[in-house]
Amino acid sequence: MAPLLSVSNLTMRFGGLKAVDDLSFQAREGDITAVIGPNGAGKTTVFNCITGFYRPTTGAITLTHTDGRAHALHRLAGHRIASRAKVARTFQNIRLFAGMTALENLLVAQHNTLMAATGFGVLAVLGLGRYRAAEAAGMDKARHWLDATGLTDRADDPAGSLPYGAQRRLEIARAMCIDPVLLCLDEPAAGLNPRESDELNGLLLRIRDGGCSLLLIEHDMGVVMRISDHIVVLDHGKKISDGTPAEVRADPAVIAAYLGEGDEDEVVA
Amino acid sequence: MTALKDAFLSAAVALGLFGPMVGLVTHNAAAGLDLVPNPIAVAVLVAMVFFGRLFMLAWRDRHAGQTRTPNPAIAETLTKAGRYLTPALLVLAIALPFGGSRYYVDLGTLVLTYVMLGWGLNIVVGLAGLLDLGYVAFYAVGAYSYALLAEYFGIGFWICLPLAGILAAFCGILLGFPVLRLRGDYLAIVTLAFGEIIRIILINWVSLTHGPNGISDIPRPTLFGLRFSMDGGEGTFSGFFGIEPETIQRVIFLYYVILALALLTNWVTIRLRRMPLGRAWEALREDEVACRSLGIDVTNTKLSAFAIGAMFGGFAGAFFATRQAFISPESFTFIESATVLAIVVLGGLGSQLGVALAALIMVGGLEMLRELLSWLAAQMDSPFFAGIAGELPTYRMLIFGLALVVMMVLRPRGLIAGRDATATMGAKRTITANLAEPGKG
Repeated sequence: MAPLLSVSNLTMRFGGLKAVDDLSFQAREGDITAVIGPNGAGKTTVFNCITGFYRPTTGAITLTHTDGRAHALHRLAGHRIASRAKVARTFQNIRLFAGMTALENLLVAQHNTLMAATGFGVLAVLGLGRYRAAEAAGMDKARHWLDATGLTDRADDPAGSLPYGAQRRLEIARAMCIDPVLLCLDEPAAGLNPRESDELNGLLLRIRDGGCSLLLIEHDMGVVMRISDHIVVLDHGKKISDGTPAEVRADPAVIAAYLGEGDEDEVVA
Repeated sequence: MTALKDAFLSAAVALGLFGPMVGLVTHNAAAGLDLVPNPIAVAVLVAMVFFGRLFMLAWRDRHAGQTRTPNPAIAETLTKAGRYLTPALLVLAIALPFGGSRYYVDLGTLVLTYVMLGWGLNIVVGLAGLLDLGYVAFYAVGAYSYALLAEYFGIGFWICLPLAGILAAFCGILLGFPVLRLRGDYLAIVTLAFGEIIRIILINWVSLTHGPNGISDIPRPTLFGLRFSMDGGEGTFSGFFGIEPETIQRVIFLYYVILALALLTNWVTIRLRRMPLGRAWEALREDEVACRSLGIDVTNTKLSAFAIGAMFGGFAGAFFATRQAFISPESFTFIESATVLAIVVLGGLGSQLGVALAALIMVGGLEMLRELLSWLAAQMDSPFFAGIAGELPTYRMLIFGLALVVMMVLRPRGLIAGRDATATMGAKRTITANLAEPGKG
């Protein structure tokens, strides 16, 4: 069976800088795959290529659904990656709709499903058609994810007024509302305290067990080692290690990259 | 002491400014222009600036250290008041023609035209956060659509009304395509240019639009086929109901037409806000990148905002043409766009009630100010005021501009800055404006 996500020979140049250099890796269905590496290793660039925010210089990114349909992510238009290929993402610096309530944030995420029920907007404005039922279903889904992230009693509060940890969880809930097959998380544990970090681990494992695969970038080794099924280590845009947490931890190349053998080079990167 | 120095400085600046602008009045005399000095007016203005500045500094001293965040409790109270204000305004609007004064019905029609334009632009600027400085273009397209269709094909108002809306929406999409990638200042400049392009086309395409001469004798609308003409014969409103034909009947009819059109705009906007499309507009205003990551087609969403906003502008334009019975490119200058945008910003981006109030103040208030100043001038009969009384009405725009500045200083987010959630789990709450993004275009 084909892997869920297959990145092959991905290269991304910014002018003279090669941020990602001939990178290939795969993420399996039902796994939590982590991409780690020192600062400037190109992790976020890989992420932006997968989620359509950058167009790779060369290389291919293919996502294969369980029904066998394959999507070439490097060719899809930005918003289609979420709507067709069902790849959702969160951002390193949280990007919620701050002035809208938590509930509204989750309803915006279901835009395409709900929009399809409005009959080009005309029927729904007149109060006809099946929009009412679609909206009720949308509210149920929103309620489900608010429950799952422990935000039910903050549902009617503006997203911008929630505490930091809650905003992180809301962003994950919002991403889950597009019914993704692959959820990409960019440093979800950044800025969380140990207790919140533990709760996040639980949430991510529940999402995986619910049938959605995860791809995450993380600095917090505690989170990465505990919940990942598969780790890819990048340094200077190249893959230096790839395997289970135990394998990666024992890899001399990883230890060298993290313990600073390449310190002078890192300044350049 | 520093306060006194500061106040003197402000007064000196005021003297420099008002000295020539207010202090010297030109009069047409037999031998060319006569320059008449007006020292009293200057003294009054400079004194006002001096004491105003002193007062402001004292106020600031007393409140030093207090952060100036908008108080949510006040916003809450205002929203509650707004719940009663809306029906009250609606009743007032419906009852206005029964007052019987032609002047107020005419003024009401003008205000409602701007309310409708404000609500239309509110979709583009307030909800979708796209700064549009050329909204008058759609108003012009709507007006000329009706005028030209009526002139060349003899089509009536009620058939032309939707056509004018569709044509304006089409223009909105036409404008939308090139500006999709632009944001903020760049978007504003291109939309400004679009407004000018439409006006210049109207001036120069003489064979179609009669150029600067405009189009006259635009037919009036009918009420289910009944004309409002003065002959009172068969097929006229007065003839059908067997009453004396009067001009006021047509004026009141036009008033109700624009009231209905404005309410339609309002109703559609309120409905759309609770639909996925309206939510996507607001999300777009908040964060375009996040929208893309959620699979929202940013292009279509922006185009739909331009198109629907333009459509209501087109409706208003068609109404304008039929009310005036004469249109020329002069009616569609940049100042109209600026006025409508000022109404939206003053009202509070995205707030329907705020926009209506702002239109009432900007258009109705300006007229009322004219009346008030003439009345005041008439009261100032003593020789002491001789210099000022005659000039008072000419200060109308100055006072009005000052009032707008003060209003924006006091309520920088507009009259009604809060935003109601479009869906709730529990009780409805208003979100204070300091969280919402004003949009970057």
